[in-house]
This record gives sequence, structure tokens and C-alpha cells, in this order.
Amino acid sequence: MVVEWIARISAWTIPMLIAFIPLYAAFRKVPVYETFIDGAKDGFQTAVSIIPHLVGMMTAIGMFRASGALDALIGSIRPFLESVGVPSQVLPLALLRPITGAGSLAFVSDLIKTEGPDSFAAKVAATIQGSTDTTLYVLTVYFGAIGIRNARYALKVGLFSDFVGFFAAVAACWLLFGSA
Amino acid sequence: MVNWIWLGMIVFSVAFGAANGKLETVAEAAFGGAQTGVTVCLGLISILVFWMGLMKIAENAGLVRQLSKLMSPVVRKLFPDVPPDHPAMGYILSNMSANLLGLGNAATPMGIRAMQELQKLNPDPHVATPAMCTLLALNTASITLVPTTMIAIRMNFGSLHPADIVASTLLATAVSTGAAILADRWYRRRSGPPRIAKPRPDARTPGNSMTVTPPGAGG
Repeated sequence: MVVEWIARISAWTIPMLIAFIPLYAAFRKVPVYETFIDGAKDGFQTAVSIIPHLVGMMTAIGMFRASGALDALIGSIRPFLESVGVPSQVLPLALLRPITGAGSLAFVSDLIKTEGPDSFAAKVAATIQGSTDTTLYVLTVYFGAIGIRNARYALKVGLFSDFVGFFAAVAACWLLFGSA
Repeated sequence: MVNWIWLGMIVFSVAFGAANGKLETVAEAAFGGAQTGVTVCLGLISILVFWMGLMKIAENAGLVRQLSKLMSPVVRKLFPDVPPDHPAMGYILSNMSANLLGLGNAATPMGIRAMQELQKLNPDPHVATPAMCTLLALNTASITLVPTTMIAIRMNFGSLHPADIVASTLLATAVSTGAAILADRWYRRRSGPPRIAKPRPDARTPGNSMTVTPPGAGG
């Protein structure tokens, strides 16, 4: 009930914003089209300035996956994760999620397909995917856009929250959906 | 830390690839990754161009400033070193709302605009400020009310109750966001008092009457 309500708000928000903002601005005598073009130019420049950052990051991630280093790392944390009740099918997500959004989405989709959408593992995977974000990508895009080179402690905080989010998702699923 | 992770990934990959006889694949993956980077950016261009155009309208109409005035005390507490009526606050709030509603495509440009506004308060444009780190923490923790994409995928594969992950996601996101905020607080305290710059002359909002001169702002 509440969920449907929120989902409906989500669906309406963007069209409403797109209509409301220019309409309101027009009433305030803002030349809407010219202003749009003005801001859009900044958007283009921002996008272009992110390219080097993303290319650098994606190159390293691509190499890391292709070399088998990612698989080896997943293998090395397997015993620990299984001992704390993480379904074994979900393991790769622990490392995929912070480094690649598209990769982890593909992984979760495949897991939902093979295990069935209502299986325990699929629910855990979906919860992890929905409650964490691709920290390296967010950092690259946000800080790349303004030319920050020294991220200070931001990455540590992001990875820590991914770590906590992963286990919180597993715990929440145990709590709400019980065992497999 | 990003430097070390990046270097570590590359050195590890080459070492691993050499050990497994996969060096050629690794080299190919490097170029493939570079291509992905550009493809992702091309995908971002349309979104950024559109939303930043729309947001410029919102800014010139005074909507962003109004939003920052309406700002809840909670947000003010999260960003103590940003003046409450600064446009950055309006964009931070837009970014958080978009994340809450799961509007991923709209959240990114708003977050970037917020970062650009925070950059105007930054004494050293290459080093992240505490406020930037907090905003990033909130975004990587991904505060979500409705995990729209996940519900849609489960629906596609014929789930009986596609939305039943909402409760677990809400719980997990609350915990991870809480953890992010606490960790951010801890590092922020450890790194000493915030440094804020006077508004730089190249700041894009003309006629900015605000004067920020906290103690220790070296300019």
C-alpha cells in the first residue's frame, strides 16, 4: 500500500518537475529556453571533463576482472562470508558491487533468473543491489566533475558503508524472510 | 587512497595475468575498459545536458534558493560548514530527494551541481572538503525508499511479490547510511576544523552578497 504510493510518487515526480520548473520560471519572467541552453552547455562541459577519470577507472577495473584477480579475491573471502550466513551464490557481489554498477546489475539479474526471483539468494542479492551504490563510480564521477585529485577519507567512508550495507542486507533478509 | 587502489589493481592484474598466461586478455581488457569509460560518459552526456539545463532554469527562478531555505535542520547538521542559504544546500537537498525516490538519472546531475557549488567554498580546488566527503558518503550509501530497478527485474522474472524486498532494502539502507554518516563524522573530527574559502571572484552566481569568513579561513 505505502509502497505503491511511493512508487506512484516516483513515477510522477520527473514529468511534474519537467513541467513545473519552466512554468514557474516563466511566471517569474525568466527567459526559459535561453536559460536552458545556458545550463545545458555547462552540462556538456561537465560530461566531457569526467571522461579521463572514467577511462582511468574503467581500464583498471576491466584489467582486474580479466586477469582473474577478482575471482581469486572472491575465493579468498569465501570461507569467512559463508561462516556468517551469506548465501554462497551472492559472494561475488561483495566485491563487484563497489567497483562496477553495470557488472553487479548483470550479475544480480542472472542470479534472479537462475535461482528464481523468490529464492532467498535472489532476495539477498536484490537487497544488496538496492541498498548500496557503486562507490568507485560515484567517487570518480562526482569528484572528477570538479577536478578533485585528493579525495581525503571519502573512499574509506564509502567502502566502509558498502561493507556495512552488505552485511546489513544479509541480516535483514534473514530477519524478514528466514532461511532458504 | 584512490591512487593506491588504482595502482594496486593494475599491478595485481598484470601479475595475475602473467601467472595465468592471460596477459593478452588483460591488455585487451584495458582497452575495453577505456572504451567502457567513454561509452558511460556518452550515456551521461544526454542526462547531464538535459538536467543541468533544467536546473539552470530552477536556479534563475529562485527555486534552488527557496529549497535551501526550506531545508530541514537535519541537513543543516550534516553540513555545518556550508552557509544555510547557500545554493549548494538547495542542490544537496534535490540530490537527496532524487536518491530517496530512486530517480538515479536525475540524482547524478543534482549531486554534481551540488559539488560544483561546494567547490566555490573550497580553498584548495584539488582537495576535497569535509562537506564534499559527507555528500559523497550520502551518495555511496545510497539512501533508497524504493529500489525501482530491482522490483522491475524481479517482476520480469515472474516474482510472486516483487516488492517484498522493499522492507529489507529499507532496513539495510538505513543501517549503511547510518554507518556512512558516523564514519564521516569520525574522520571529519579527526581531520581538524573545517577550512572554508571566501567566495571566489570566479563564483558563478553574480551579486552574491554572502560573506563567509570563519576563523582559520586562510583564503
